[in-house]
Amino acid sequence: MTQLANKSKVKKSTSKKKFDKETYLKWYEMMLRIRRFEERTLMAYGQQQVRGFCHVYIGQEAIAAGLISAIRPEDAIVTAYRQHGLAISRGIGTKECMAELYGKKTGVVKGKGGSMHFFSKEKRFFGGNGIVGAQIPIGTGIAFAEKYKGTDNLCVTMFGDGAARQGALYESFNMAMTWKLPVLYICENNHYAMGTSVERTSNVHDLYKIGHAFEMPSEAVDGMSPESVHNALEKAAAHIRSGKGPYYLEIKTYRYKGHSVSDPAKYRTKEEVKEYKDQDPVKMTEAKILKDKIATPEEIATIKAAIKKEIEEAVKFAEESPLPSGDDIYEDNYLQKDYPFLT
Amino acid sequence: MSRKIALRDAIREAMTEEMRRDENVFLMGEEVAEYNGAYKVSKGMLDEFGPQRVIDTPISELGFAGIGVGAAMNGLKPIIEFMTWNFAVLAFDQIVNNAAKTLSQSAGEFSCPIVFRGPSGSAGQLAQQHSQTFEAWIANCPGLKVISVSDPYGAKGLMKAAIRDPDPICIMESEVCYGDMGEVPEEEYLLKIGEAAVMREGTDVTIVSFNKMMKVAFAAATELAKEGIQAEVIDLRTIRPLDHETIVKSVKKTNRLVIVDESWPFAGVSSEITYVVQKYAFDHLDAPIIRVNAADTSLPYSAPYVDAYLPNAKKVIDAVKQVTYVK
Repeated sequence: MTQLANKSKVKKSTSKKKFDKETYLKWYEMMLRIRRFEERTLMAYGQQQVRGFCHVYIGQEAIAAGLISAIRPEDAIVTAYRQHGLAISRGIGTKECMAELYGKKTGVVKGKGGSMHFFSKEKRFFGGNGIVGAQIPIGTGIAFAEKYKGTDNLCVTMFGDGAARQGALYESFNMAMTWKLPVLYICENNHYAMGTSVERTSNVHDLYKIGHAFEMPSEAVDGMSPESVHNALEKAAAHIRSGKGPYYLEIKTYRYKGHSVSDPAKYRTKEEVKEYKDQDPVKMTEAKILKDKIATPEEIATIKAAIKKEIEEAVKFAEESPLPSGDDIYEDNYLQKDYPFLT
Repeated sequence: MSRKIALRDAIREAMTEEMRRDENVFLMGEEVAEYNGAYKVSKGMLDEFGPQRVIDTPISELGFAGIGVGAAMNGLKPIIEFMTWNFAVLAFDQIVNNAAKTLSQSAGEFSCPIVFRGPSGSAGQLAQQHSQTFEAWIANCPGLKVISVSDPYGAKGLMKAAIRDPDPICIMESEVCYGDMGEVPEEEYLLKIGEAAVMREGTDVTIVSFNKMMKVAFAAATELAKEGIQAEVIDLRTIRPLDHETIVKSVKKTNRLVIVDESWPFAGVSSEITYVVQKYAFDHLDAPIIRVNAADTSLPYSAPYVDAYLPNAKKVIDAVKQVTYVK
């Protein structure tokens, strides 16, 4: 079996469940918002307005879409550094996100986090972690706290295929299953840990199978369609909320761009990239909406125009916002107000 | 009213009182529950608080340290026990990259009110991997506070303060001090983090130390007194933030300083103290500052190596005689 053939072995959604017009349009609008935001981010990076490490979400938008319909706002979410799309899907404004990328004081974390570190307590978005796999025990701990407090909430703990090789994952899976913590682990398998394919780093290529060692319910999911992501998440969330403990989904997806903005992604074949671009979740969803007459071309055009305007306004907001002065560098290191910094 | 209790009991009292006071406080670590603690610090706590709040973990330092960080970000107040700080090296990513930086990278959106605690330093012939001190390593990192305890009174007051503190705190204890007895008040008290204590007043030399090296400092001071040299002995108690004011005040009185520090010498706690004293008391020094550290080596197993490696009273007395120009 060739590498490509192996990657293509993605279970397609078999659910007959119908989603209503509102859901489809919500998904489409969110995916388009993320796509346009990320395209504009790349442009701003090229203009050196956005600096540092920057990882865009283009290609993986269906996962963010499925999350908004299947998960409650009270649920927590934590992820790694490819996080712009997930933060936006949680309802963090594109203005605040773009301003953060520009390092502006009006950014979601006041210019202190940048591309890799968005946080919002209100939106239950716990970051934005820059260390591969570090968020896996943290998400497990967030879930631990929900169980401790006796809530009905779960913590969606997201990571990539690269992080699936970190020891932190195995330690976390073990404790989460032992203690039956309300955590939904999601591996966004985009097939490449930076430039290294899944096939080159392990004998086990189906990452969902990692869960089996812990007897954790684990499934592979088609990550190019919001329907299949939603269905898998809904089922997993119901399992977790019933008190049965964690659930693990390997969502097979693809990033159309390189690992970061500085990566030309020469380790992939054109045929492979084309195969996944043919499944582009934004285009496919738009096509389905029109083909099944879920909404009219005029309604789609209205959404496109609104998103275009929103992203333009986000960029304008970011450009016009002030930079931090730098004088407040000692703030937000300690909550103790009179901490005696060495100067 | 006070009574004499062991250091392990003082730490347990602190944790127990705080867990009674705040239901969001819990204890997690290896062997803390059913085994009653590898060093019996948490003895009886499982019986009082149950398995929801006194939690045995698998041997997964990185994992349970991270679970603590996540729980702290989500509103709880974890106490994470490491069987020794030597094992916490496996968890440094969570301590240094996450606990320390959550407040900064979230611009204050999320805090991390967590206590990491356990014994640090040598404890007999435990050889290279079980004998390291971590005060200097951890105290280098902004965002963290570092406490190192030497006696039951200090340990209880600082432990209670640490559990209530909103910032992430690392507490270093010592296997060889858990049985040490000391006066501890019956009534509740807290000590201020960031304050050193003058434990013995003197006029001729200042000896600064912390953790179990306080025993060495006291032993040296007792011997020196017999020779007419009165040493002022300071227990740092908190390493970060360092209470340099108390040290500088003492040095201005004694004009001489010896630091007894089980850290390795390079970029250790003693280096930092030396810097602040030359900065704030340069004109008051009548002799170069001398530090007595662990040897700049790993610690081999056999007994003569332990003697060669560790600071002891004789090494401190020699250092004091050097700074006081006594033959």
